[in-house]
Amino acid sequence: MTLTEWLRDPNPASRRQARLGQAWLAWLRLKRNPLAMAGLAIIVLLLVLAAFAPVLATHDPIAQNLQNRLQPPGSPGHWLGTDDFGRDIWSRIVYGARITLSVIALVAVTAPVLGLIIGTVAGYFGGWVDAVLMRVTDIFLAFPRLILALALVAVLGPGIENAVLAIALTAWPPYARVARAETLTVRNSDYIAAVRLQGAGPVRIIWGHIMPMCLPSVIIRVTLDMAGVILIAAGLGFLGLGAQPPLSEWGLMISAGRKYLFEQWWVATMPGLAIFIVSLGFNLLGDGLRDVLDPRSAGK
Amino acid sequence: MALIEIDNLSVTFTAQGRHVRAVEGVSLSVPARESYGLVGESGSGKSTILRAICGLAPVSAGTIRIGGEVLRHDKAFVRRVQMVFQDPYASLHPRHTLDRTLSEPLAIHGLGDADRRVMQALEAVGLPTSFRFRYPHQLSGGQRQRVAIARALMLEPEIVLLDEPTSALDASVQAEVLNLLSRLRDERGLTFLMVSHDLAVIDHMCDRVLVMQHGRAVEELTRDALAGAQMKTDYARSLFEASADRMMG
Repeated sequence: MTLTEWLRDPNPASRRQARLGQAWLAWLRLKRNPLAMAGLAIIVLLLVLAAFAPVLATHDPIAQNLQNRLQPPGSPGHWLGTDDFGRDIWSRIVYGARITLSVIALVAVTAPVLGLIIGTVAGYFGGWVDAVLMRVTDIFLAFPRLILALALVAVLGPGIENAVLAIALTAWPPYARVARAETLTVRNSDYIAAVRLQGAGPVRIIWGHIMPMCLPSVIIRVTLDMAGVILIAAGLGFLGLGAQPPLSEWGLMISAGRKYLFEQWWVATMPGLAIFIVSLGFNLLGDGLRDVLDPRSAGK
Repeated sequence: MALIEIDNLSVTFTAQGRHVRAVEGVSLSVPARESYGLVGESGSGKSTILRAICGLAPVSAGTIRIGGEVLRHDKAFVRRVQMVFQDPYASLHPRHTLDRTLSEPLAIHGLGDADRRVMQALEAVGLPTSFRFRYPHQLSGGQRQRVAIARALMLEPEIVLLDEPTSALDASVQAEVLNLLSRLRDERGLTFLMVSHDLAVIDHMCDRVLVMQHGRAVEELTRDALAGAQMKTDYARSLFEASADRMMG
């Protein structure tokens, strides 16, 4: 039996095979969407850049060479040019991918989990629990995200870890909203009534029965929000409150390049392009995932 | 002593200051191993009685006793009373395999030997054991309802509440599911409390039936009285005449 036959087996022999079979069908649906595949390719590229940074970088990203400063793109040895300290921009972008990726990864495993828990608990219990949790969510939503993140970083001190923390603390409210809305649609369904009638407690119901129904919309939302997270991380870097020099964070690089924006445009433009391409990749993938994961379109 | 005793039950829903009395002063008693039907048109409160027994509807007056004890919704209760819902497309979790759906009650109650019990449950309702790791969307409506029945029987209850278990299925599948339910009742000595709007289904399944209208009990009939068309009230007679042609077969 080949692998695809095993995955397509209508009578799987284990839970794992059943789950992998469903994932395989989702992958086939995703593969039909060329834009989503383009987005996925960009993200895979980012992963490769980050993983093989020492191999792909042509120079040390923090080695300064003042004689070689502000070389235009295409100059010998520096195909994207150099910045105001003579550092190779390509190498800095490659190493910057690591920082961007770690910011994304940390935010993606914290904010959605927090939002999911708060949203499902609020939606499931209703009443005053819902009122309290959702008003807290409203308060967080009422602040402009960047300003709130700025305030947090100002309190905690600048640095990449604090930037991640600040972003995660400001990014969860939309997930709580999404999760609560999904919870409200499923909490009165017969399958929840059935498991309640079997004696299941709230923790089991929320964790095992409601969260799986909320997960797809939250995952879609996370992918679409990743562009925003990259921009906020870059924004904090740009304002000097995220990654600190000489780290090669993309927002920091744009900030350094703004002094030379008119004469030496490439210093700010190249990291800007990197941010633009990665954000675009996440948006394209998110749109494709919506078609694949949405419970209303899946499984038909 | 009757296994299920409902005395003067009223259920009142309150929404935005308005009160809706879904059930008013209904009494009934079902001895063990009997199959008791509740019949009536939409909105007559028949499903609400089942939901009240399960704690899914607010009881405003009256008492419900199971085996002589006043109803408490604890783990002991759910092992005695289980329910099969009307719509098999809505009553199975769309992201759980049949295995997960059937082994969940075992996990909740800490019952071991899940593998064997799940396989047995599938066989008992006439599903191939190779279906064990399928998802609900890979099954037909009748197969799904068999899974829902298997799930209700996982905890080996005495009482099964059936909320129009076949009304979402087409006619040929309906008969199969009803025969399955009758067979399981005989094998396991179950007590059924069954809701339907279809007297033909009730006639096939139930020993006694309570006709309901507008939340009130209209008339209680035995199977013989139903077959002999010996109704006392006009409403029961009109309900009977609406489905008489299918009951003769």
